[in-house]
Amino acid sequence: MLENLALSESGFLFDALTGATYTLSPTGAVVLKALIDGADVDTAVTELARRCEIDRGMVARDVSLFVAHLVELGLVPGDDRDAEVGR
Amino acid sequence: MSHRLTVAVTGLNATDNPAPGVPVIRAIRAAAPETRVVGLAYQPLDPGNYMEGMADHTYLLPYPSLGADVFFERLMDVHRKTPIDVLLPTLDAELAAVLALRDRLHAAGIRTFLPEPDALDRRAKSRLPELAEVGLPGPRSLTCTDPAQLSRIGAELGWPLVVKGRFYDAKVAHTAAQASAAFQELSAKWGLPIVVQAFVPGEEFDVIGLGDGEGGLVGAVAMRKMQLTDKGKAWGGVTIHSPELLGLARRFAAELRWRGGFELEVMRSSKDGRLGLIEVNPRFPAWVYLAVGAGQNLPWAAVRLALGERVAPFPAAPAGVMFLRHSFDQILSLSDYEALTVRGELHREPALVAGSDLLPTFPHSPDDAEEAAA
Repeated sequence: MLENLALSESGFLFDALTGATYTLSPTGAVVLKALIDGADVDTAVTELARRCEIDRGMVARDVSLFVAHLVELGLVPGDDRDAEVGR
Repeated sequence: MSHRLTVAVTGLNATDNPAPGVPVIRAIRAAAPETRVVGLAYQPLDPGNYMEGMADHTYLLPYPSLGADVFFERLMDVHRKTPIDVLLPTLDAELAAVLALRDRLHAAGIRTFLPEPDALDRRAKSRLPELAEVGLPGPRSLTCTDPAQLSRIGAELGWPLVVKGRFYDAKVAHTAAQASAAFQELSAKWGLPIVVQAFVPGEEFDVIGLGDGEGGLVGAVAMRKMQLTDKGKAWGGVTIHSPELLGLARRFAAELRWRGGFELEVMRSSKDGRLGLIEVNPRFPAWVYLAVGAGQNLPWAAVRLALGERVAPFPAAPAGVMFLRHSFDQILSLSDYEALTVRGELHREPALVAGSDLLPTFPHSPDDAEEAAA
């Protein structure tokens, strides 16, 4: 599933399986890029916190909601939705 | 001097419900610009008749419904004036007529690359459900020849349903009254029977393909429509990576031993995610040039196959190649329109047959006109 996603640096996302396109915010792009690169949700939270230089606890909930939305759209596998985000 | 290949292409309408002729000619031009292209049109106002760089010669044809002999005689008249090597019909409504004439055309030296009549019949809308038996499932469909049957069909298939014309057009009907109105409109336009199909909520995908007639698939490209006209025609789309859709195309070419271009229209159900075949078009669709842009020049491959050449299967098309259709105002001289309206033919290069009643090349610009006058 993730291998069919093409995410550009601008945040433009193309799903090669369905032809759907999306525009991601810079923070959303960081999270999805991490997932595409093989990270789990917890690691994506860490990556976003590092890039934004804020406490990871502040971003964990938002990332969970964002990933849940990606799952709803069929862009990432459902397993990631339930992933426990460590604080 | 070597022989210059001449390919005749039908379907030059290029309005908001375009025929595939113009993109097929563009595909031929892209592969072999030196090819002589004969455009075969049914209406003088078809925009493809006049496009620069498209047909070198354009002839009007009588509608196939006027009879096979009339149609054949006109093709032979064209053939005498501009000898044709390969004929690529691009419209559903003329395929049966051309197939019926295939042997006579071949005897006259005109080659085609068309499906067998049985294969053409098996993909008819009225027989679509039978393809489920060979792994090409689709929604339930029933044929209808009397609008009085629609209430019963609606009760059987459930509402809403899709009322489909014999060759083209489809309308979603939520009530028997809507279905009846659609029946009247579509039967008046395309004849009987009407096909009524269960409505599948979901997203439509399309696959273009070229079968080699021996069960093989020369190429196939899957596409998602990105914007539609109010008639539901693609006005933009993007290639996608879909092994499932390409698998359907492969199965279709294999099971029907399909020879020639085709398009599968497929719905992915929003209820269960399953793919369902809702229609098979027995020719290239109007978006065929997207396949060329994605590295698969399927029309040119069809020409080569018609000529008896072997064509290796194309490598997979990449995902993410887009097309956007556009319209523009084409300026043409009244004499060009006159030529097609009065004489039924228009020539953009010198006549081929000395002493024929061909007109000389028409002037296309004020400079040309002055030159011609001088």
